[in-house]
Amino acid sequence: MPTVIRIPTPLRKLTSDVETVELDGSTVGELIDNLEERFPGVKARLCDENGNLRRFINIYVNGEDVRFLDNLATAVKDGAEVSIIPAIAGG
Amino acid sequence: MSYVKGLKCRECSATYPIEPLAICEECFGPLEVDYDYESISKDLTRELIQSRPPTLWRYRELLPVDTPTVGLNTGFTPLVRADRLANILGVAELYIKNDSVCHPTLSFKDRVVAVALTKAREFGFEVVGCASTGNLANSVAANAAAAGLPAYILIPDSLEQAKIVGTQIYGINVIAIKGNYDDVNRVCSEIAGRFRWGIVNVNLRPFYAEGSKTVGFEIAEQLGWRAPGSVVVPMAGGALINKIYKGFKELEQLGLIPEVQTRMFGAQATGCNPISAAVKDGVDDIRPVKPSTIAKSIAIGNPADGYFAAKLIRRTGGWAEDVSDEEIVDAMKLLAETQGIFTETAGGTTLAVTRKLIEQGRIPRDEPIVVAITGNGLKTQEALTIEPPISIEPRLEEFEKLISKRRAA
Repeated sequence: MPTVIRIPTPLRKLTSDVETVELDGSTVGELIDNLEERFPGVKARLCDENGNLRRFINIYVNGEDVRFLDNLATAVKDGAEVSIIPAIAGG
Repeated sequence: MSYVKGLKCRECSATYPIEPLAICEECFGPLEVDYDYESISKDLTRELIQSRPPTLWRYRELLPVDTPTVGLNTGFTPLVRADRLANILGVAELYIKNDSVCHPTLSFKDRVVAVALTKAREFGFEVVGCASTGNLANSVAANAAAAGLPAYILIPDSLEQAKIVGTQIYGINVIAIKGNYDDVNRVCSEIAGRFRWGIVNVNLRPFYAEGSKTVGFEIAEQLGWRAPGSVVVPMAGGALINKIYKGFKELEQLGLIPEVQTRMFGAQATGCNPISAAVKDGVDDIRPVKPSTIAKSIAIGNPADGYFAAKLIRRTGGWAEDVSDEEIVDAMKLLAETQGIFTETAGGTTLAVTRKLIEQGRIPRDEPIVVAITGNGLKTQEALTIEPPISIEPRLEEFEKLISKRRAA
């Protein structure tokens, strides 16, 4: 079963305006690579030159921030939901 | 009229037109409002500001709206000289910037909402909303009701009762999310991507955040057009401390105050201290935490502007600290008993951290210190255990007996 990835507004120009994408991949890093294959240019927006997640991006697997898990190595099980979300302000 | 040129990314400096946009498409950095300071400097003088009513709109050239329409009576809260408290803390000159009496909902959030909802109307949004730890919920609800704008407000389901009541009374849509503020924020961001609404701290964030500069403008004006030596600010998402400093720097740039040499100090609760931990550990990256503290209004485990807050604190020679829930309550009582100001848990946090930093020698004792008190204690009464008052029969003798007992004691 593929993973559902929610695409944030700032990336949708690169994803032909789609809100969600279904992809295969066993880790968050793999999903990003596969997303890049489908929509070239996406990875550079998400990761810096060294391949690390950019400072202002949060990725959640089933609602949990990957920084509480294994970052890009976080395992993604079948049917998981992955959200890519820009850091947002307090309130 | 507005002096805004457009929006600019704080991280990579990419520019964008004036639109309801908050995030840079290139690097995901936060967008910030870019002003035409040259034109402002020709038009804005101390005299012009002082000739206007005592609200935050007296600085309207430095706010990103065309014509103010929401929150017209907001701002210009008292800067209280706190001599009794200063004596106890052993400092020369101490002030409380008292936003616990901000109009209309008793927190500094009334400032950001006045700007954000004015902007929402300019953009033509028909529905507004926010993700909130309480104070923003109160303010968006009240101001949206007064403006006749439908609103959707998302809060964590664990919020204090007074903050829930103080949102629902305005008859707008309140939705409690099962989770903490970071969960609420995540869902709210996804909602903003789906619905074409003006979410004040998501797609209106660059405009919203500018409202916080008015705390800095007011402090400087109320001190007689100068910036103080030290300012202590509570940190949740980390935006307020940045914006207060930006307020000082803008006045300096326009020649309205002398050179700014202010040290910026940040306050957090130990139960949610991602920014103060980064400052104390000397690292750039903010490690998110799962909040657990009575200071719920500042319990943001994943602070969006934390990186900039930590950088500002270091750059200005300030520091950050965090305090326990017990220290927070003690400081709430101290402020009430010495200065007659009842602040919420976030204010207790700020004062407790101020005390700690003075004792550590980080805050100089001989320069003016301003403590930013941002919310009202009536909203967080659950944090306090107050003994019920002594109760007597309605007879003078009973009262006399009580007083003579007290005098003897």
